[in-house]
Amino acid sequence: MTDSTIPLARLRRDIERLAVPIAAAAPGVFTLGETTIDARLGGGLALSGMHEATHDSEGDFSAACAFALMLAVRAAGDGKQILIVSTDPRDRQEGQLYGPGLVELGLDPDRIVSVHAPDELAALRAAADIVSVFGVGAVLIDAGEAKKLDLTASRRLLLASERSGVTAIVLRSGQSRFASAASTRWSVAAAPSIPLAANAPGETCLRLALLRHRGGVAPFETLLEWNRDRQSFNQPGFAAPPLLRDFPADAERGQMAA
Amino acid sequence: MLSADRWRRDDQGRSPDQPIAFIEKQRGAMRIVAVDETALTLGLAPGMMLADARARVPDLLTIAHDAAADAALLDWLAEDCDRFTPMVATDVPDGLLLDITGCAHLWGDEQNLVSAVAARLVHLGLTIRLALAETPDKARALARHGGELIRVGRKLPPEAFNEDRSGYSPALPVAALDLPEEQATALRRAGLYSIDDLARRPRRPLAARFGMAMIAKLARVLGEEDVRIVPRRLPPHLFFVRRFAEPVAHTEMVLGSIRDLASEAAIALGERGQGGRGFTVSLFRSDGDTRRLTIETGRPTRDPALLDRLFRERIDSLSDELDPGFGYDAIRFDVAFVEELGSSQPGLDGGERGNGDVDALTDRLGVRLGHARVRRFASGNSHVPECASFTVPTNTPALPMPWPSPEPGEPPLRPIRLFDPPQRVEVIAEVPDGPPRRFRWRRQMHDVIAHEGPERIASEWWKRRDMTGLTRDYYRVEDARGRRFWLFRHGLYGGEKPNPDWYVHGTFG
Repeated sequence: MTDSTIPLARLRRDIERLAVPIAAAAPGVFTLGETTIDARLGGGLALSGMHEATHDSEGDFSAACAFALMLAVRAAGDGKQILIVSTDPRDRQEGQLYGPGLVELGLDPDRIVSVHAPDELAALRAAADIVSVFGVGAVLIDAGEAKKLDLTASRRLLLASERSGVTAIVLRSGQSRFASAASTRWSVAAAPSIPLAANAPGETCLRLALLRHRGGVAPFETLLEWNRDRQSFNQPGFAAPPLLRDFPADAERGQMAA
Repeated sequence: MLSADRWRRDDQGRSPDQPIAFIEKQRGAMRIVAVDETALTLGLAPGMMLADARARVPDLLTIAHDAAADAALLDWLAEDCDRFTPMVATDVPDGLLLDITGCAHLWGDEQNLVSAVAARLVHLGLTIRLALAETPDKARALARHGGELIRVGRKLPPEAFNEDRSGYSPALPVAALDLPEEQATALRRAGLYSIDDLARRPRRPLAARFGMAMIAKLARVLGEEDVRIVPRRLPPHLFFVRRFAEPVAHTEMVLGSIRDLASEAAIALGERGQGGRGFTVSLFRSDGDTRRLTIETGRPTRDPALLDRLFRERIDSLSDELDPGFGYDAIRFDVAFVEELGSSQPGLDGGERGNGDVDALTDRLGVRLGHARVRRFASGNSHVPECASFTVPTNTPALPMPWPSPEPGEPPLRPIRLFDPPQRVEVIAEVPDGPPRRFRWRRQMHDVIAHEGPERIASEWWKRRDMTGLTRDYYRVEDARGRRFWLFRHGLYGGEKPNPDWYVHGTFG
């Protein structure tokens, strides 16, 4: 990339953002940016709420993390800071968030403060503090197995969020089947993207399933693509091929041994 | 007498009148390193052989010398003396230098301050010599070579600290100059026994005979040259002290005092148009223990409510709780670093307030979890992926390095999570220098159905001594389930490495 293309690219992005009419969100909610899904959710997701992004398979963690970050971008609006709380074991296992990658997702890393707690309890304490501060845009809690994030703890987060209007987004494993007071719970999986020229992987595509909604919206499943330049979701160009069956790990091992 | 005092403090109830000597093996012989007062009056002195000493004083109690314990006690005392002045230095092995410039008025006058120091140290069970002079070296010489021993049970002579500012103690021996043995002997042979004798002589011949170092030392001991002490810790910018007539043990009262001191500090800082970024509270326990609590803030502040909250947080997060013992008898509030901070006015729409809240929040989290755990991202301005981004604690100044901006319409080219170090994978490729076909990562097989690459990233060979380093070929790949990975081959096939390894460096959303 030469020097002159960088401002040009920035201008293009700005124009594109201005050109797209942003659907006015109802007060107290944030939209996903995709009209049919927003309509289905009754206008959008609650700003003062707690939203859970879960992943059923370990390999989908990255997709769930991306979805949580996208929700945080949508919820925080322009300029407000996003705080990300994680624990040391999670960082070791899943790698650290990567600045240039966040830029590629449309999230300015300068807006992020990452808080690394030594364990889950400290992480939840920090999260509870963050959620009750007015100036925060959104808080993302990478809770992993979330053994300590039970009904009481999640209700505490939700109440704090309702008082302050700070959106809490919890990233947790789908295996943890604890009761939770979350406003919405999503199951996130990676979905094949629409390939670009020369069979290059395309825009980030996610398979989302709404598992529960406190407002009574019926569960549904959808495929959405993330548009970095507009910082919003949109429909992928065509229906992705059906999800391939997840082989159990041991069956696969047997195959390899054979 | 430090060793003897330490021994008596640690192990009370032994017969106090038995002479004690602390011994150490030096050059193959047991020698006395330190003695107590009784032994001193019996004519024993450091440097003697143990056998000689035993011949003179048969009932001598000998104890192995413990230099580390003595140093620890000296440090502990220096901490405690912080209550008198922030400028404290240790004079190894058994001395303390206190610079009381500007502190005397807190005790009324210098005499009172010196009496307070003496009373404090004697109360702690020490035998001391004390001197007050206008320069540190003069005070040191007076104390070590002219001072009177002060200890428990001995009344302080009222004139003990009456300092004669005009002159110097004529009786000071030349030993006060800390000269090498042969020089001291040479002086004695020349008939020069006291500092007074030296002071009257012209300096030039002395310098010619004994060197400039001795002349400089003489000038310092005479108080002609003033070399300030190097304090153990950096003196704070501002400090505020509160002393209690009765020791306080209640945590709430301690916190209340901290809040009051913070308010005092806020007023002083406000007058100067400054804000502090580092604050230390020293809690002086009546039995001599000192506890320090330090907080740092991301931006300068002088808001007493915020400081109060941060100190509460600090005390809550202590792994070992505050132990007041018999109570604290003094609390000092230091403002360690200051920065300019204009008087602030909240915006009419409260717009300013928002960010301030977040800053206060990150400070609070930093105090609780440690500042290294609250971080923000910084661009590394490097083409090597793992150096392109790093995180720094939020309380460090921001680096104005811009992030590269992505091309519109392109899919993400960099992963959102990066593994450091990269994780090794087994890869099957159609051709050795081609894109991967399938790979096994975390015991799962992934079939590559779409890929882009290679994006060739050279190592920073110019930073290496041997000007080499393996080139990496990066591929953005997507497997059949839609998971996207960032793989690289470490080394060019054939050219740099016969059989390059593959690694997964990150995952995309």
